[in-house]
Amino acid sequence: MIYDSLRRIADSWGLVAMFVLFTIFVGWALLPRNRATNLKAARSIFEEEGHSDV
Amino acid sequence: MAGIDCVSRAGIWLFLALVLFAACAVSVDQAFAVHMALCSGVALICAFRAMGEVGKPEGLAAETGYYDEVIRWGVIATVFWGVVGFLVGIVIASQLTFPLLNLHYDFSTFGRLRPLHTSAVIFAFGGNALLATSFYVVQRTCRARLAFPALSRFVFWGYQLFIVLAATGYLMGVTEGKEYAEPEWYVDIWLTIVWVCYLIVFAGTIVRRSEPHIYVANWFYLSFIITVAMLHVVNNISLPVSWVGSKSYSAFSGVQDALTQWWYGHNAVGFFLTAGFLGMMYYFVPKQAERPVYSYRLSIVHFWSLIFLYIWAGPHHLHYTALPDWAQTLGEVFSIMLWMPSWGGMINGLMTLNGAWDKIRTDPIIRMMVAALAFYGMSTFEGPMMSIKSVNSLSHYTNWTIGHVHSGALGWNGMITFGALYYMTPRLWGRERLYSLRMINWHFWCATLGIVLYASSMWVAGITQGLMWREYGSDGYLVYSFAEVVAALHPYYLIRTLGGLLYFTGALFMTWNIWMTIAGKRRDEAPLTTAAYDPARDHPLKPFAA
Repeated sequence: MIYDSLRRIADSWGLVAMFVLFTIFVGWALLPRNRATNLKAARSIFEEEGHSDV
Repeated sequence: MAGIDCVSRAGIWLFLALVLFAACAVSVDQAFAVHMALCSGVALICAFRAMGEVGKPEGLAAETGYYDEVIRWGVIATVFWGVVGFLVGIVIASQLTFPLLNLHYDFSTFGRLRPLHTSAVIFAFGGNALLATSFYVVQRTCRARLAFPALSRFVFWGYQLFIVLAATGYLMGVTEGKEYAEPEWYVDIWLTIVWVCYLIVFAGTIVRRSEPHIYVANWFYLSFIITVAMLHVVNNISLPVSWVGSKSYSAFSGVQDALTQWWYGHNAVGFFLTAGFLGMMYYFVPKQAERPVYSYRLSIVHFWSLIFLYIWAGPHHLHYTALPDWAQTLGEVFSIMLWMPSWGGMINGLMTLNGAWDKIRTDPIIRMMVAALAFYGMSTFEGPMMSIKSVNSLSHYTNWTIGHVHSGALGWNGMITFGALYYMTPRLWGRERLYSLRMINWHFWCATLGIVLYASSMWVAGITQGLMWREYGSDGYLVYSFAEVVAALHPYYLIRTLGGLLYFTGALFMTWNIWMTIAGKRRDEAPLTTAAYDPARDHPLKPFAA
């Protein structure tokens, strides 16, 4: 039965996989070593043409 | 259609026009015939335009600047559909207040005009705003010209055709009966084609970017485009009764159909009206404030939290129905969890003004954007609260829901769009500034007062309705009949109509302002702020008498 199997995946491995993926994505953003990249990205919309890769 | 000469192109369009005309001739219902005739006419116009290219040099020199032509069309279309959508809103609000205004005429009944209003404001006004701003933002942040200009023109005009087909269909009674997904199967197929082309243009521009990092606004836009494609296709799986008729039946039945519909419906809110407009917010608010977003890190957390949480919140539309209880609880829990990332995003937008709060006083565009963020915060708090089952038992099916939707739509989507339009217009048409900055102020106050009247009247109406419906007498019977509840709501409906009128008046100021800006005029007006000067005190102090 497709409903039962989907339901079983959803509340076991599906849930774990989603949680792990979410933690990785958010954790990546929070890593201290990405601080400089984030700062640069935030300011990127103000840079003049041609200075984007400084 | 590069690579095909214009005569063959005209031939293809003509063939298409004939096929559509044949479909019109053999159609089994009148509405389908009208739509096929309309499409056939559009194909004929395309054929004529292609023939008009004969003799003109093929393959003009590639332009180097940003491709803004389609964005200019998008700005005009956004303003136009906004005015139409708001006006229809006032009409149906008046019909609820004075039922006589239904005019006893099929085409003018509330039931047909209501989807016309919702689709006009969400898909026509909001959709065109998203198209225009996404093409504007993706080019600027990627520092790359739009990937496929011809395809982007097809996306724009194809989307307008979708709107016209949907709107005329509602008036003729063509509907799937699914809220916010009313268009029938053939219109759905057309929208799917247009939407895939939109994705190709947008993603193609990102691929060709010369900026190494993809700015966060583009993440929001891309998630909006991809998710809406997925939602639209799945929710509209249906089988037409006839291949030359306008009626179709959903592939799902019963509660599964309902769940699919609200999985679609809530994510239309989550990805069309939230993620897409957040893309706008993350570009235009920092640009107008002239300072980088408060926390880029928070914007990424905001993004992934919305992606992972929104998709599960749909079942809160089906509390106390045949939907399994666990699914209702799941929807409720995820809705409540959504509160935090939403407020994170609101705080991120507002705190971008940190150190420049005076701009709220001096810059009317910033004021509009801040109001939009405030309404984003308010409606994303109200939503999770209304998804709690015990609250929902009072609020569901009442005008409270209508009030909630409009504080989000008029406050958040409307205000951020107005802000983006005011930002883009002078830049797109190469004007030094807008026609009038003071007029933005008039727009702002009309819109804000309009929303206040709208939301507060609907809160009172909704809670009145909910409480009257559930009131039992000592004998165990319901105290009020349905008609008595309707009568009790009359004054609130009147106030709501007034609120809508004010909001509409504001939009007329915007129309005038943008029209005049495009025309290249500038209103002679005093600046909004000047440094204080008092001539009476502008003199040397008297020396002390010796």
